[in-house]
Amino acid sequence: MMSRLLIRGMIAGLLAGLATLLFALVFGEPGVNGGIAFEEQAAAASGDAPEMELVSRGVQSTAGLATAVVVYGVAIGGIFALVYTLAQGRLGRLTPRAMAAVLALIGFLVVFVVPFVKYPANPPGSNDGDTISQRTGLYLVLVLASVLVALAGIALRQQLTSRLGTWNATLVGVAVYVAVIGVIEYLMPAIIETPDTFPAPLLYGFRLASLGGQLMLWTTLGLTFGALVDRTRACDQWVDARLPAIS
Amino acid sequence: MTQSLAAAAESAVPASVPLREVLPWAVFAGVIMLSLLYLVGMDQGATSVFSGNMIHEFVHDGRHLLGFPCH
Repeated sequence: MMSRLLIRGMIAGLLAGLATLLFALVFGEPGVNGGIAFEEQAAAASGDAPEMELVSRGVQSTAGLATAVVVYGVAIGGIFALVYTLAQGRLGRLTPRAMAAVLALIGFLVVFVVPFVKYPANPPGSNDGDTISQRTGLYLVLVLASVLVALAGIALRQQLTSRLGTWNATLVGVAVYVAVIGVIEYLMPAIIETPDTFPAPLLYGFRLASLGGQLMLWTTLGLTFGALVDRTRACDQWVDARLPAIS
Repeated sequence: MTQSLAAAAESAVPASVPLREVLPWAVFAGVIMLSLLYLVGMDQGATSVFSGNMIHEFVHDGRHLLGFPCH
């Protein structure tokens, strides 16, 4: 049971990664290239020698991008299948397709959008390379906090469902999540290091493309996984219905 | 008729999978998936499991676009 779901999650994640790759090639790459052009201009203006290229831009923007996005998709897909398996039959009575869609929406918001609000994606050249450790640490803490607070919100919803009904219990769970993660984000240190001369349209376009890519990933993942699981279930039921007749 | 309809509605919503069955998979697959995310998103940035800069440079564009902190 579990292995079948896991494989379906990884297949859905692979497809989601490929869809996101297409999106990133068209809408994301211009932002990356713009950022690198800004970086090179700034380096040339300050008289620094150009950085040595370990991997050419041609490889980075094709094979490198594809590897990153597809591996990310497969890994997220695998974790998604685990979460789906735990949620199925526990978090309300939903059909596989509806459950997968709801979980994908929650995942998109909790894992990506909420951390993005405080620490958004940045194009090359808009950050100080020396602060990478601090930025990585803060981002990781925020993603982890968002997931933990969301789990607490879900647990609270489950507790309150019998007393308040499904709708109101869900509203309370969501409200508690938003309030707690809001306070955490307010308290976490801001990262303000984009150079004054960095082109605003470039930054805006890059962040929009990053958001769009993640939306593409989670949408494709949720809908494909739901369809795959639903198909297998129909198949299982067909076999189960005929097995007694055979034996 | 009503019974078979109820049965059909019941079978549309799958039953839960026992935790005992999920747990080993959750640990096994969870560790592998999270390691993959780490390799794609973070290695050779703040921390390095593999030395050098090759992974970082190779997945550079993906890291930026997927929202991971990068240089």
